[in-house]
Amino acid sequence: MSRFIVRRLLSVIPTFFIIVTLSFFLIRLAPGGPFSREKKIPPEIMANIMAKYHMDEPLLNQYFRYIGDVLKFDLGPSYRYKDHSVNDLLGAAFPVSIMLGTMALGVALLLGTLVGVTSALNQNKWQDYAAMSVAVLGISVPLFVIGPVLMLVFALQLKWLPTSGWINSRAGWKTVIMPIATLMMPYFAYIARLSRGSIIEVLRSDYVRTARAKGLKERVVIAKHVLKGGMLPIVTYLGPAFSGIIIGSLAVEQIFVIPGIGKIFVQSALNRDYTVIMGEVIVYSLILIAANFVVDILYGLLDPRISYK
Amino acid sequence: MTDDVILQVKDLKAYFKLDEGLLKAVDGVSFDLRKGETLGIVGESGSGKSVTNLAIMKLIPTPPGRIAGGEVLFIGKDIFKMSDEEVRKIRGNKISMIFQDPMTCLNPFLRISTQMIETIVLHQGLDKKAAKAKAIEMLKLAGIPAPEKRIDQYPHQFSGGMRQRVMIAMALSCEPEILIADEPTTALDVTIQAQILELIKELSARLGTAVILITHSLGVVAGMCDAICVMYAGRIVERGTADEIFADPKHPYTQGLIKSVPRLDKVSSQRLYSIPGQPPNVINLPDCCPFFPRCERAMDVCKTKYPKIAEIGAKRSVACWLYGEGK
Repeated sequence: MSRFIVRRLLSVIPTFFIIVTLSFFLIRLAPGGPFSREKKIPPEIMANIMAKYHMDEPLLNQYFRYIGDVLKFDLGPSYRYKDHSVNDLLGAAFPVSIMLGTMALGVALLLGTLVGVTSALNQNKWQDYAAMSVAVLGISVPLFVIGPVLMLVFALQLKWLPTSGWINSRAGWKTVIMPIATLMMPYFAYIARLSRGSIIEVLRSDYVRTARAKGLKERVVIAKHVLKGGMLPIVTYLGPAFSGIIIGSLAVEQIFVIPGIGKIFVQSALNRDYTVIMGEVIVYSLILIAANFVVDILYGLLDPRISYK
Repeated sequence: MTDDVILQVKDLKAYFKLDEGLLKAVDGVSFDLRKGETLGIVGESGSGKSVTNLAIMKLIPTPPGRIAGGEVLFIGKDIFKMSDEEVRKIRGNKISMIFQDPMTCLNPFLRISTQMIETIVLHQGLDKKAAKAKAIEMLKLAGIPAPEKRIDQYPHQFSGGMRQRVMIAMALSCEPEILIADEPTTALDVTIQAQILELIKELSARLGTAVILITHSLGVVAGMCDAICVMYAGRIVERGTADEIFADPKHPYTQGLIKSVPRLDKVSSQRLYSIPGQPPNVINLPDCCPFFPRCERAMDVCKTKYPKIAEIGAKRSVACWLYGEGK
């Protein structure tokens, strides 16, 4: 197991290197640059700006300079938000998005499996139909509809919750309830459907029949023999879901005015803010790699047929 | 009825409600099982052998299935009239089962020890340590080498034959009255088949367990069973002792089955006999002899009415218009 972990960690290095290299050159292939404006900038000033950010050097030099900086954990200055380094910008925004994402995924996982298992155990009864209708709703109604509707009902009509803001605002923890409820919806719905399907499959499996033939109580059959196998597909789904939910919070962050990564994400792409885009790519891919790594380890712990040597 | 009958199945009916119609998987099956006896149930795929035995254990998935009638008397008590709690005390304890495919019948996520111990603790009230010792002893009886070590492994670390041995050890760990073996060797290769059958025979004899052996192989039945029931389309078409059935098969279907067994003692250039046609679709089956389209001796009456069961010996009966009143 520990050898597997070390090997996986080492394999991060080339993956990471390829991601950084590809994105560095791809971004620069896109037309325009961080300093393209409608208004003509006098050539002398442009030359000064270029020199300041080393953009007058050959591309390869820029690339190696950037790699050198990244290895020193310095993601460089933002080209558009003057006086802000990328480290500052992302350092402030990413934790907010990660926190929101983690909480939303946690709730989605909890509710999703609960609803999925209940559905599976009551297959084709009213509980099942009700739960799966909600799930279809959750998958098909987009976040930018769910969010405003929740806001309308719970903030404007009932006045139970604040319309917007984050934990550090006056309303405190109450601010996270609606964003979480909105953001978790599609994930909750998907997990519910996924777990229902896999639990039903396991319920029909031969080894569950064996367990019943041994005279075990239905409760023991479910808890001991069904759940573990039924949960595996959800664990697989968690890796991509985790990284998806953090970027997926984009709309939710806009709706509820949350100071997360969402806004910077869109702005930096439109502005060709090279360093900020690169910073996002790096942090995001690290999250993705880490999430999949955790899933692999969880998988090994859950399924004895998978051994890491 | 004599006192040593431990299981009496009377007119058992198990139906499945499918989109295509009503599937009468088991339609009026009756047989007795005596203490220590080995009963073979033979038939083609889909003849209702497995459903019969799942019904005995009340393990038919409902819906779509349901027990449509009949009684299953275990030592005089009707299993269908028992509460779920009472039935659970019989399952795995008094009547246990082993299944066709040992590769999928053990839980891949749990150690063999966990799976064996839970049954023993549940039914025999032993503590975990004693239960483990008992489990190891059973594995040893079932011919698993180094059982102390193997017991802590997972199913995927065992070969197919070894897994079936584990299943047998598990099924017999509570020393049941009845062992239902549902095609226990079908998924195994031929050399292992003989070993597994030998093991079932030996252990059931040692523990005094009666065995219901479900199979589609007459060869298996011949070497193992005292009595035989031949099933076709959800009903028993012929019943008798193994000797009687093999020496003098009455039903044309049984005759066909026996003729289809390849024989080593007759070197022949002839092609192996096979019963013409396909097994019937038992959905919405009309009230006729389901075998008549394939029967060489079919008569007009066969197409209109299911034959009465003719008792032609002490433990021998046949459902065919060629015998009994219909003759």
